[in-house]
Amino acid sequence: MQYLLMIYSEESGWNQMTDAQRQQGVAAYQAYTESLTKAGVLVGANRLQHTSNATTVRLVDGKPQVLDGPFSDSKEQLAGYYLIDVPNLDAAIAWASRCPGAAHGLMEVRPVWVASADARYTS
Amino acid sequence: MSSAGGEHDADATAHAVAEAVARRSYGKLVALLAMRTRNVAAAEDALADAFAAALADWPARGCPANPEAWLMTVARRRAIDGARHRRVGDEVANQLAILADEIDDREAGALPDQRLALLFACTHPALEPAIRTPLMLQVVLGLDAKTIASAFLMSPAAMSKRLVRAKNKIREAGIPFNVPEREELPERLAAVLEAVYAVYAEGWTDPLGSDTERRDLAGEALFLAQLLAELLPDEAETLGLLALMLYAQARRAARRDAAGEYVPLSAQDPAHWNTPMIDAADALLRRASAFNAIGRFQLEAALQSAHIHRCRTHRPNWAEIVQLYDALLAIAASPVVAVNRALALAERDGPQAALAALEPYADDPRLADYQPYWAARADLLARTGATAEALGAYDLAIGLERDPAARRFLQRRRMALSARTSG
Repeated sequence: MQYLLMIYSEESGWNQMTDAQRQQGVAAYQAYTESLTKAGVLVGANRLQHTSNATTVRLVDGKPQVLDGPFSDSKEQLAGYYLIDVPNLDAAIAWASRCPGAAHGLMEVRPVWVASADARYTS
Repeated sequence: MSSAGGEHDADATAHAVAEAVARRSYGKLVALLAMRTRNVAAAEDALADAFAAALADWPARGCPANPEAWLMTVARRRAIDGARHRRVGDEVANQLAILADEIDDREAGALPDQRLALLFACTHPALEPAIRTPLMLQVVLGLDAKTIASAFLMSPAAMSKRLVRAKNKIREAGIPFNVPEREELPERLAAVLEAVYAVYAEGWTDPLGSDTERRDLAGEALFLAQLLAELLPDEAETLGLLALMLYAQARRAARRDAAGEYVPLSAQDPAHWNTPMIDAADALLRRASAFNAIGRFQLEAALQSAHIHRCRTHRPNWAEIVQLYDALLAIAASPVVAVNRALALAERDGPQAALAALEPYADDPRLADYQPYWAARADLLARTGATAEALGAYDLAIGLERDPAARRFLQRRRMALSARTSG
């Protein structure tokens, strides 16, 4: 099954870090990505830019309404993700708990929708 | 089977066998049917069909030699048909077919027991804690949502909805049916034991097991604890939990006198306790202690054992009991433990010391509607002579009590106290 591991963290944290801490942080993520690759479970991953660069778009009366900023203004924001393919939720939780994001923020583990699940609901 | 009486007998036998298989094997069959697809609801549906088929078929053709295997074969076929019908995709149907082959390869009567995996799935940390125990009761024991709802003081509709949601999550989020790895086992096992203990606690509130809606939940809990002790004989806490329940169960009937009135532990006659059950609990606790892995349930069992010993020998052992509570507080601190410890402390150091020990919990919101806390406070305050406060605490304790007999007991205590002060 594919799971999206979403990293939520306080955005101000990064700016408050020293250069050495930032280097350490980057190295921790590189090592984590490397171990996912070696295990053959990594499907994709990205780090996201700061939410000050986010734009929210929705249709209002058929016209796109474009707003500056992220959808939710909570303290923890989506900072990046890993898409992995593992046998079950326990394996996904095990990988999520190893991610540096679990220490400096929190991880949300979401199974990816699959076609057969779709059929179950439409029948 | 031509006479009406013969048909009736055959019906009764079929019913009896089906019921016995349901009681013994329900969870085993659900586990086998659901473990590959993780589709618990479909497994339950298929099994319900199979039981219905059995009740139609067995009276006419006689009970099969291996009823469990018969039910499994029919249920599997229904599950495969159901999967095709729901267009879930050939994958699920194929998985079930593979499973069918695996089972057919085995000796009749030797269906693999995957109930442990099922128990771990039902108590998975990814499920909301409050639904784990009800889910286990339904999936492993086959209790219906209505019975479970009444035991947990919830509407059947709300309970059904939450059970469905939990089963959906097991299936869609990929919660596995397996026994966790060594390093994860202690924590995951604690959740299983917690859920089983919650069943017992619910059953315990129905002292005589006479509430048919609750269908003797204490008995169901003992069945699960026994099962766990068989499946995980080397885990000290599974043995501790079973010992704890047996100690409590041994004293269960003695909590009522002939008139149905509540009898507190100190007034119970040890002759009314179930001695073989106590002996079995003693043996389990000894076996558990050999593993040198102390835990919450072993400590609670040891406390029960100490209470039983005191009542039998009339030798006060409150110092030992306070020590056990100290150990329990250290590994599983909770206001509930603090209340029980305070009551033991009152026996060792007096009621004032006990009240002082409860002082830090005065504003704990978890105790605001915890009935035993107010009953304990009422008793302790009365013993220190703080009558007005004691009467107030009795009022709360009486108002919060669910059990009519225990309520009457508290009312009598309150009346005696107020009579003593006014007269």
